[in-house]
Amino acid sequence: MSYTFAQKILMKKANLNDVKVNQIVIVKPDNLLTHDNTSAIIGKIEEDLKKYGLVSEKMPIIAIDHTVPAVDEKTATGHKKIREFVKTYGIKNFYDVGVGVCHQLVVENGFAKPGKLILGSDSHTCMYGALNCFSTGIDRTEAACLLLTGETWLKVPSTIKIILKNKLPEYTTGKDLVLKIIGDIGADGANYKAVEYDGDVKNVSIDDRFTICNMGIEMGAKIAVFPFDDVTRDYFKKINVSGDFEPVWSDTDADYEKVLTYDLTQIEPMVAKPHTVDNTAKVKEVEGKEINQALLGTCTNGRLVDFHLALKILKGKKIAKNVRLLLLPASKKVLEDGLKDGTFEKLIESGGTLLPPGCGPCLGAHQGLLAEGEVCISSSNRNFKGRMGNKNAEVFLASPLTVAASSLKGVITDPREVM
Amino acid sequence: MAVFKYGDDINTDLLFPGRYTYTCAKAEEIIPHLLEDLDPEFSKKVKKGDIIIAGENFGCGSSREQPALGLKAVGIEAIIAKSFARIFFRAAINQGLILIECKDAVDYFKDGKEVKIDLEKGKVKVGDKEFDFPPLSKELLEIRDSGGLLNYTRKKLEKRGN
Repeated sequence: MSYTFAQKILMKKANLNDVKVNQIVIVKPDNLLTHDNTSAIIGKIEEDLKKYGLVSEKMPIIAIDHTVPAVDEKTATGHKKIREFVKTYGIKNFYDVGVGVCHQLVVENGFAKPGKLILGSDSHTCMYGALNCFSTGIDRTEAACLLLTGETWLKVPSTIKIILKNKLPEYTTGKDLVLKIIGDIGADGANYKAVEYDGDVKNVSIDDRFTICNMGIEMGAKIAVFPFDDVTRDYFKKINVSGDFEPVWSDTDADYEKVLTYDLTQIEPMVAKPHTVDNTAKVKEVEGKEINQALLGTCTNGRLVDFHLALKILKGKKIAKNVRLLLLPASKKVLEDGLKDGTFEKLIESGGTLLPPGCGPCLGAHQGLLAEGEVCISSSNRNFKGRMGNKNAEVFLASPLTVAASSLKGVITDPREVM
Repeated sequence: MAVFKYGDDINTDLLFPGRYTYTCAKAEEIIPHLLEDLDPEFSKKVKKGDIIIAGENFGCGSSREQPALGLKAVGIEAIIAKSFARIFFRAAINQGLILIECKDAVDYFKDGKEVKIDLEKGKVKVGDKEFDFPPLSKELLEIRDSGGLLNYTRKKLEKRGN
């Protein structure tokens, strides 16, 4: 029998000798990620936890990141409740305010490894597929039950294979590629399905892979995954994670629902226009649209390399007068590295406002929300109506290069125009 | 019984805005904000036994469960859609909320047509026409019909006799 990546991992985790697409299997994930919603999650099972105990103190990973530092008394109380829970139950993997966005912490700290199964009460949990990991989002109630039992059900997904050919042109990034794909197949084009990237993946950097897999959910995917190769190996070396990798990949004759091919040389800078991620266009087609705010960062594009890209455009220059440029590093590590090498100093000189690592404005929680009629260009992952706090504001999604170029000009700008 | 009709790609921000995600977790906190940016009158109008009809990819976006929890709490009898986004589908099962995937019924529906659901037979009647919808698998029915995953899990843990 031949199997896909998804089938192989679920077969292994469910201790079965064979699994078919659409079969429901019972699995024990290696880790469960929860964030600020941990307080609501444990609120559901306080009595059960006392009665049955926590299934494991090593399995949960908890990061406070969505409303940091606390927005108000209510979120502060939620944070306090999480800290108390962590202490009472001796949770080993806990990241408090300021350490970073949960997804960046899962990859930076070596939790996401090839062949692992990670579930998280956040839709962008699919990001770890970049490291050959099976990871996907679940809801709060399911996370609560996982804390009690350590197991849940998953349906074996069918798989779409996306073959990448050649190399992305200069000033074009993984973000542009994934926006192009989402625009082509639609916001539900991969609903319930696994998406495998294959082909000339050696030309796709680990940071681009994080961005591409992070956005998997925006085409509905259960997982988005890359094979394990030298690029992955180099990343693990960089973060000092060594040892027993167990990479998994599909058999060459595995059964795919669909196979798509993209010639990377044809990809151009892209945007997603309001109010859905699949409403895509070339940057050229929306050039000149006036913006009020530019958000650079988040778990999608808030790594050091993303700020380096922005600096290529903004170094020694000032952003447009009518624009607010927000810098939102994905983690404290990114912040520290960017402080050490002078990146943030230069971006602040250009007019940027540095925010603490976290999620805040991306989901409209706090710090940098929009007013009625305002327009934001953002390197984040969602542009739904009301997403950044106001239903009559507009959010355009783009690469860090396009965000930087647009902040410089005050209007949506193709980065190739300003290089 | 009223029917609320919406289009494709009704995402979780439209069903329950992100700005309330970390301050509203209980049903009574969630209900006033349900569908706030899509249909501001919804939470005032909705009554127990009402039905939602929608297009493709209902519930796409975030993993926040407030939409499923809130819609169950206000007594929505079922959501009939052309398709459901994956995480919302799980969240609904986990709250014991009934989802019916039936493209033809959605296409046939027009304002004013009565909608009747027979869960046991797997049929939905729109006006004078009857449509079949596929049953859930045994495992998922068990979770949904326990009144959601929490009840199901408690029963399981009780049996294990920890």
